[in-house]
Amino acid sequence: MRTLLLLICCLVFQMAAAQQAPDSAQSTPERDDNVLPSLLLELTEANFRRMPTLVTEIEQAGGRAVLPLLTVLQDGQLYYQVDTRELVRRQESDGGRVTLTDVFSDNERIDVDNQSLEMVRINNRLRAVLQATIARIKLFEGNDAERAEAASIMLSNLDEDNLVVLNEAIADEQVPSVAAMINVALAMNLLVTDAPQAERLAAVEALNGNLEGPVRNLLRSFLDELGRNEQDLEVRAAMASALASIERKVRFYQLMEQAFYGLSLGSVLLLAAIGLAVTFGVMGVINMAHGEMLMLGAYTTYVVQMLMPEFITYSLWVAIPAAFAVSGLVGMFIQRFVIRYLNGRPLETLLATFGISLILQQAVRTIFSPLNRLVVSPEWMSGSWDINPVLSLTNNRLFILLFSIIVFVILLLILKKTSLGLQVRAVSQNRDMAKAMGIRTDWVDAMTFGLGSGVAGIAGVALSQLTNVGPNLGQDYIIDSFMVVVFGGVGNLWGTLVGAFSLGVANKFMEPMTGAVLAKIITLVFIILFIQIRPKGLFPQKGRAAE
Amino acid sequence: MRNTSFLSQTLLTATACLFSMGAYAQDTIKVGVLHSLSGTMAISETTLKDTVLMMVEEQNAKGGVLGKQLEAVVVDPASDWPLFAERTRQLLSQDNVDVIFGAWTSVSRKAMLPVLEELNGLLFYPVQYEGEESSKNIFYTGAAPNQQAIPAVDYLMNDLGIERWVLAGTDYVYPRTTNRILEAYLKAEGVADADIMINYTPFSHSDWQSIVADISRFGSAGKATAVVSTINGDANVPFYRELGNQGISSLDIPVIAFSVGEEELSGIDSRPLVGHMAAWNYFQSIDTTANDEFIAQWHDFIGNSDRVTNDPMEATYIGFNMWVKAVEKAGTTDVDAVEQAMIGIETPNLSGGIAVMNKNHHLSKPVLIGEIQSDGQFQVVWETDGVVPGDAWSDYLPGSKDLMSDWTYPTRCGNYNTVTQTCSGGTP
Repeated sequence: MRTLLLLICCLVFQMAAAQQAPDSAQSTPERDDNVLPSLLLELTEANFRRMPTLVTEIEQAGGRAVLPLLTVLQDGQLYYQVDTRELVRRQESDGGRVTLTDVFSDNERIDVDNQSLEMVRINNRLRAVLQATIARIKLFEGNDAERAEAASIMLSNLDEDNLVVLNEAIADEQVPSVAAMINVALAMNLLVTDAPQAERLAAVEALNGNLEGPVRNLLRSFLDELGRNEQDLEVRAAMASALASIERKVRFYQLMEQAFYGLSLGSVLLLAAIGLAVTFGVMGVINMAHGEMLMLGAYTTYVVQMLMPEFITYSLWVAIPAAFAVSGLVGMFIQRFVIRYLNGRPLETLLATFGISLILQQAVRTIFSPLNRLVVSPEWMSGSWDINPVLSLTNNRLFILLFSIIVFVILLLILKKTSLGLQVRAVSQNRDMAKAMGIRTDWVDAMTFGLGSGVAGIAGVALSQLTNVGPNLGQDYIIDSFMVVVFGGVGNLWGTLVGAFSLGVANKFMEPMTGAVLAKIITLVFIILFIQIRPKGLFPQKGRAAE
Repeated sequence: MRNTSFLSQTLLTATACLFSMGAYAQDTIKVGVLHSLSGTMAISETTLKDTVLMMVEEQNAKGGVLGKQLEAVVVDPASDWPLFAERTRQLLSQDNVDVIFGAWTSVSRKAMLPVLEELNGLLFYPVQYEGEESSKNIFYTGAAPNQQAIPAVDYLMNDLGIERWVLAGTDYVYPRTTNRILEAYLKAEGVADADIMINYTPFSHSDWQSIVADISRFGSAGKATAVVSTINGDANVPFYRELGNQGISSLDIPVIAFSVGEEELSGIDSRPLVGHMAAWNYFQSIDTTANDEFIAQWHDFIGNSDRVTNDPMEATYIGFNMWVKAVEKAGTTDVDAVEQAMIGIETPNLSGGIAVMNKNHHLSKPVLIGEIQSDGQFQVVWETDGVVPGDAWSDYLPGSKDLMSDWTYPTRCGNYNTVTQTCSGGTP
């Protein structure tokens, strides 16, 4: 509490100073060269209790020029040399390469020894102070997006200091998005003051349709009898209708979000199942080692990242063909040496491939250890696409959704438009006839199995971005894969597509009501019942060949 | 020749029958190690097997116990719960071990318990657990709920001002019981029903998007919100990754975990986790001489200086040292004698304090809360003033409020009802 008081005191003092000299507020205020160095020195030895006030004092002494220091501190990249107590910025790339730079000038420091560095530790309380301080500075210093974000951070804490800054910023704000955000903040503030009715009604009007969380909470609190409990009936009615229209919008976006989650789960199911749709669906081989093909793909991604630690951004593009090759070759190997000899004996094929799956799992355990391996997400795969404050789609899911559809289309084209596809379909429809036509059925079998396994390997690359890469990865997806293929209709790629997406969406719409565990069970029960009624799945193969 | 061997074998069997405690007839003391070395739990349990082997090696270098060398008998229950019971039977009746260090999940401990009581074995269980159990044959060296969950919630409530709670867990006995206790505790503290959200997910759940979105929605009601996570195993990785991707930082909604330690963090990218918390009784980052020595010894033994240490390892360390002390105090490895000698034994823990074995077979431990750092280590942000004695029966559950455990004479009961003043015998 005392820290907070002190902090507020410091800020009020600083803001008062800033107001006295409005000209200097635009340009960088002059640094107080006497205080700042000693404060920076203190940064290396202060405890968590002292840190928040220290940060405030640094801002006060250094003004907006300390922004780089504060952001470096917030990112956990601020280090100091143990003997000289000099501050440096230490960045570590994904490949473990360390870059040391000067905190303010960003010049590379070759003279500093990495071994002699200690980290300036921060905790959550300090992170909160840093976030607020940085937002206040960024409202003036950052680019447009950063400045709008800074204003939206301030929404949830409209204390006097923030209001002073916001008022100062709106005076000559040119960018519409930033100005709009600041106006929302000022309207929110107006509501809580004793402004005349007309002004308050105008403020409610300004907030109408705004999706920011603090706005909703403020309006809710005005309508809550235990909260602020608005007395003016006219204002209250306006607030109620504003809140209702906001909540309508929120519900709509939530529905969109749920649909996206469903499609995203569907895309994972599709990726996991599509290889199986070839090996099991087209060839009719019950391949219990299918999950391990996914796993091999994921491990290939790991190995590729190990081999090119400096180029994590591009690693996935290298991993995709590599995983296709590895899983495809292993698949062909299994087909040539095991499955070929069990043709037409489904039970034995099942047992043999199950055995192979155990062998592959144990092999991975022996080579890579039973521990999960770390596969790094490249920068472009992390984060999210914020459409508005209530709807944001995560990038990795978005990419994987697109990726799954691309894989599907390519596979479909291969089966429909190439001579290999033609031969595959011929062999699967009537092996003897195909043989009589001069098709090398042995070779086609191996290629088909390799194709299915290779596609599973590609799916493994995508899965490595969503889940743990460990020896058990395949086990988690094998049941789902069979479920999708059987549900969609054996031997039909379109069935697999529709099956995967409908199961994904159904699951995600059920989940909020039933919980994750029950949603899965209900899906399984549904499929069992469905198979009872339509044993051939959604899209059964028609014609004599299917008999 | 064949006859002689047959004769000696008969003789051996006869001797073994005469002395029911096999140890007297042997010149080593056998230490059973029952941790999964394959299957899902191998990730966590293999480390504990190595810890026991390290302790045995060290003790033998010091001259063993009671003048005898220790001999470790390692078996693998393969993360298969019924197999834990079978392997326990094998260790006690075939290998004649004098003590067992083992188990991780509560369900495996529950499988071992009837066998231990039937054959009068001795188990040191080194993992934090849900309580509601006290057996004569088990010493619990991990944390009970009042040594981990309750202090963590207190910290969130009092120091961070949390008003809304998400209790998220994996769907099995430990999270369910812990959450039952926490829910009762929160309600006793005046938290409304609407401010508590409970969510369970299957083992190794990987699709967290809608649950994380739910949590974020729950947390946007204007009140400070935190997640109390009993999510176990590798489901944590996609969970934290999803939090990071949806832009929920430790400032918006902090997550405090009871099953995420250094070992779990060592295999993952800890950047999205920075600032989230964990509650344990030990962290590798604790700066004491005893801890530095332990870490050095571990790195030396395992031959890899990147390996981390964690809380269950400290619990194994304390348990092993206590057992050695108790055997020396009792002058025998007889289970009943050692069990009585254990109570009141004190050994230093690794965080600069003293661990005491209480009458209820639980330890007194300090409670620490750490924030995850970018290097996968924890920074201690809060700790209890002294040690907290473990409570087998929670004070916040209606069924167990009146129960207490006291294994000293004359009470000698694991679930003594203080109201009816009776011992219900066995574990309910």
